[in-house]
Amino acid sequence: MTLAELVFLVLAVIAVGSALLSMTSGQLVHSALWLVVTLGAVAGCFLLMTAEFVAWVQVLVYVGSVVVLVIFALMLTRQSTGEKSAEVTGNRWLAAILGVVAAIGLGATMIAGFRGEEIEGRRIGTAGSIGHALFTDWVLPFEILSGVLLAALVGAIVISRSGSDR
Amino acid sequence: MPLLYPLLLAAALFGVGLYGVLARRNAVLMLLGVELMLNAVNLNLVAFDAWFADAMHTGQVLTLFTITLAAAEIGLGLAIVLALYRAVRTIDVDRVGEDV
Repeated sequence: MTLAELVFLVLAVIAVGSALLSMTSGQLVHSALWLVVTLGAVAGCFLLMTAEFVAWVQVLVYVGSVVVLVIFALMLTRQSTGEKSAEVTGNRWLAAILGVVAAIGLGATMIAGFRGEEIEGRRIGTAGSIGHALFTDWVLPFEILSGVLLAALVGAIVISRSGSDR
Repeated sequence: MPLLYPLLLAAALFGVGLYGVLARRNAVLMLLGVELMLNAVNLNLVAFDAWFADAMHTGQVLTLFTITLAAAEIGLGLAIVLALYRAVRTIDVDRVGEDV
């Protein structure tokens, strides 16, 4: 086992463990902060799979802004009645069974289909190579995506404003 | 590195995210579960890109698109959750619609 595989396995354990803590923690803010650990570990996995640009975008967008947004939303909607809102619903065992079944089913499919394949890392996803691919082969989707982002921005503002008028 | 490592990690993260979406009572934490599932998908995309050594970098470019869409989704989702909170003073998905 190479060093990269060892580091990947450690990161995988950290990611799954903190994801479980994030989804089961009774404290709302702890839940969001455990998600930071998960997303950071996944960014490390991206780095080990030679996708360095995607890894830094993950750190910037997810760890940097999405989690901050979530924490703001948690604080804005904090309920004075206490910590009951952090609890899970009554069908948590059904949800747990479904989650385990989904993970096992997906994992079994992956094992059946891709056992023995190796990632060799022949093409490294540097900022240069990704940018070249983005602005030659993927220009049209890139531009459409900028329209989607603008629509989401306007939509978020409209939804927030129409609520405050009432 | 075996291709199975990232794929199995993605399967596990997807399962945890699915549990979070189905079991959480707080609407914001349901959105966190969705983010976790999207991250599992990103992991798969990057793993297959690195395995296939694609000249167009399809997997990694699609991962960037997914991250952008996830950012748009969480922005809109949180705006909807805040509007819901202002309307009924709760974001407990079990109690919304019970007593307005």
